[in-house]
Amino acid sequence: MKVRVKFTKNGPVKFIGHLDTLRYFQKAIRRAEIPVAYSEGYSPHMIMSFAAPLGVGITSDGEYFDMELTEEESSRELVRRLNAQMADGVTICSIRRIPEEKAANAMALVAAADYLVSFRQGKELPEGWQERITDFLSQDSIVIMKKTKKSEKEIDILPWIFDMHLEGESIFLKLSSGSVHNLKPELVLDAFAAYLNTQLQPFSLLVHRMEVYANQGEETAPSLITLENLGEDIE
Amino acid sequence: MRKLALNDEILLQVEQPARYIGGEINSIQKCKDQIDIRFAMCFPDVYEIGMSHLGIQILYDMFNQRPDVWCERVYSPWPDLDRVMREQHIPLFALESQEPIRDFDFLGITIQYEMCYTNILQILDLGGIPLHAGERTWEDPIVIGGGPCTYNPEPIAEFFDLFYIGDGETVYDALLDTYKEAKSQGKSREEFLRGAAQIPGIYVPSLYQVTYQEDQTIAAFTPLYEDVPSKIEKQIVMDLPNAPYPKAPVVPFIKATQDRVMMEIQRGCIRGCRFCQAGMLYRPLRERNSEELLEMAREMLDNTGHEEISLSSLSSSDYRELPSLIDGLIDMCDARGVNISLPSLRIDAFSLDVMSKVQDIRKSSLTFAPEAGSQRMRDVINKGLTEEDILEGAGKAFEGGWQKVKLYFMLGLPTETEEDIKGIAWLCQKIAERYYEIPKEERNGKCQITASSSFFVPKPFTPFQWARMDTRDEFLAKAHIVKEEVRAQVNQRSIKYNYHEADVTVLEGILARGDRRLCSAIEYAYRQGALFDAWSECFEVERWRQAFEACQIDTDFYTTRERSTEEILPWDFINIGVTKEFLIREWNTARQEKVTPNCRQQCSGCGARGYKGGVCFEG
Repeated sequence: MKVRVKFTKNGPVKFIGHLDTLRYFQKAIRRAEIPVAYSEGYSPHMIMSFAAPLGVGITSDGEYFDMELTEEESSRELVRRLNAQMADGVTICSIRRIPEEKAANAMALVAAADYLVSFRQGKELPEGWQERITDFLSQDSIVIMKKTKKSEKEIDILPWIFDMHLEGESIFLKLSSGSVHNLKPELVLDAFAAYLNTQLQPFSLLVHRMEVYANQGEETAPSLITLENLGEDIE
Repeated sequence: MRKLALNDEILLQVEQPARYIGGEINSIQKCKDQIDIRFAMCFPDVYEIGMSHLGIQILYDMFNQRPDVWCERVYSPWPDLDRVMREQHIPLFALESQEPIRDFDFLGITIQYEMCYTNILQILDLGGIPLHAGERTWEDPIVIGGGPCTYNPEPIAEFFDLFYIGDGETVYDALLDTYKEAKSQGKSREEFLRGAAQIPGIYVPSLYQVTYQEDQTIAAFTPLYEDVPSKIEKQIVMDLPNAPYPKAPVVPFIKATQDRVMMEIQRGCIRGCRFCQAGMLYRPLRERNSEELLEMAREMLDNTGHEEISLSSLSSSDYRELPSLIDGLIDMCDARGVNISLPSLRIDAFSLDVMSKVQDIRKSSLTFAPEAGSQRMRDVINKGLTEEDILEGAGKAFEGGWQKVKLYFMLGLPTETEEDIKGIAWLCQKIAERYYEIPKEERNGKCQITASSSFFVPKPFTPFQWARMDTRDEFLAKAHIVKEEVRAQVNQRSIKYNYHEADVTVLEGILARGDRRLCSAIEYAYRQGALFDAWSECFEVERWRQAFEACQIDTDFYTTRERSTEEILPWDFINIGVTKEFLIREWNTARQEKVTPNCRQQCSGCGARGYKGGVCFEG
């Protein structure tokens, strides 16, 4: 049986990188005695896959991984047991059954993500930036230089910003994510700063991921659904 | 949410920021208002190394069992963070509370190898604690050292208030109680240290005076006061099965060097290899029983979630209940998908059978530690492993499907000849020949023999403590002979040879058998930037050369000089239970190329029987 785990990552644990987060969960799952499936061979490993790696220093309320169970247990019991093994800052929000087929794999599904971006004290954009978001989005295109391993190329990121608005003193962003067009919030903020004829200082941003979505519509007319809602609770 | 000592900007700039955040699974948080003693336990190397050390996990657990003590951990900041902390004047902090260690009652430093001595100074320096014990006040923590290097603590004596000599499980309670009493009675720091010196195993270097003869050897090593003992008794846990053991070791967020459950199955060794310091220090051998070990293994796996367990001991094959322990472990681990790792096994039919059950033969390699290339040399060092043992073990392994063999040797052993040196290459060739005896259609391509040699450092409390150590150039010339001789072998393409760095070895030799006069050179080297000397990317021999020159220290005095057995050695004030008479006897027997039977074959009267237990009283 395949299940999807949704968890948060806040506070000091944001400094734990993606691979170490994976190892952390492998050990936690053992401690919690979750009936997880292993691969065959001399060094068996847990069959699990993460949706979207989270960068070091970024917090989140919507992280996901899928794993394979050998026995059915209720969502409530699984969540309780795994939560009892969490370090400060990591909380299991839900564990839900998901369809068996390969295409339902969390990583393959990721299409968009929500972020809340705040400025560190003293590193805000110049006064008045709050009023310029609408203008920024009204442009015909937002062209940035994207660095790849080999070269730099110009790309238009405007189509991949699904939403951007002010939320208190922070900026809410709904961005294309995943394997097709992965837009990082830092890039949008860099472009926004450039639009305001300024530049962000290093370490200006506090990035918090809020949710990750799959797309059940077309690429051009997305219909987003959270990865969590693709699963159903196990009674 | 815990507040961190370092801000985001710093943590995002340094490598592996998770080294500094604490909060790991099974780490201990206490309310600081409800405890009397704050203890910072330090391993003076980078987090991933320090977190791999079993001794600290044992003491961390033991201290935190006391409701009046909160023990936290601290490791060496890597040079990237070291720089930032100095620039921004951030005091070194403990991981759990993230508070400065200078506000703690104790700073305990485990000293596992000589090349971490400059890291000890870094810890004190970044901690804002005076480097010299004599400059500290009650405002500073009591700085206490433990671990194998404290069996010759003299080169670092000035930097420590106390040393704890021996197994950590015995007198810490007495020490902590003495401290609490001194504090509550308003005693001075000096009065406390004087009181601590009365506790067996506690060495207070400031309470001793060393005088030297004209030839620079020690004239006398004397306590300053009558009530200060002239001999320090090594502490030893004789009832190992009932000694404290961490049921829930701390689980690092990042991958430690030992990312597994480590289970100590026994302490000490029966073998008596004459170069081996641990083999003498931890006499007599004491075993845990296998049933309890299985229970411990289960608990530790339950509490950590580690996917691997490793047995820790100096020579696992000598553990008498090994078959039943391994059977039980295989059952337990198969059911959980946990790997078993078995270091320090002698290669024989039993261990090959076990290894074939727990490892992937195609990927794993077999390890032999002949330590020397010729039988003559192995007799000198009392390594009871014969060429027949090695060839038979290798032969069985090759027939069992293994192709990779690792061999460990030492160069620069006492009495070594060119024949002994070339013997390393010849032994490798014989092993290769044994492989190619297997019919072509039954073997799987070439075999891979990797021979590594380190350079021999005579260590205190071994029969070789009086021996001359080779110079850097002698070491390198010897390594060159091996290299050439390997190339001259028929199956040279199946043999890979590599050797350790010579400069580091020489420094290790100076520090290992040094005396108090080296303190100034260590400090000088540190001031010149020496740090993480155990890391080849950080070690620079030039800083040390300058330090010895500036401090007018003739390093040959410590390395290339053979000592007379009459000489007062800097560490003679410690009684490890093994007598000097025994070591002298062994030093002479070694030079007669005679072996001494192991403890189970026959008692050789080393003195450890005086502890009234362990292998000395088996059966």
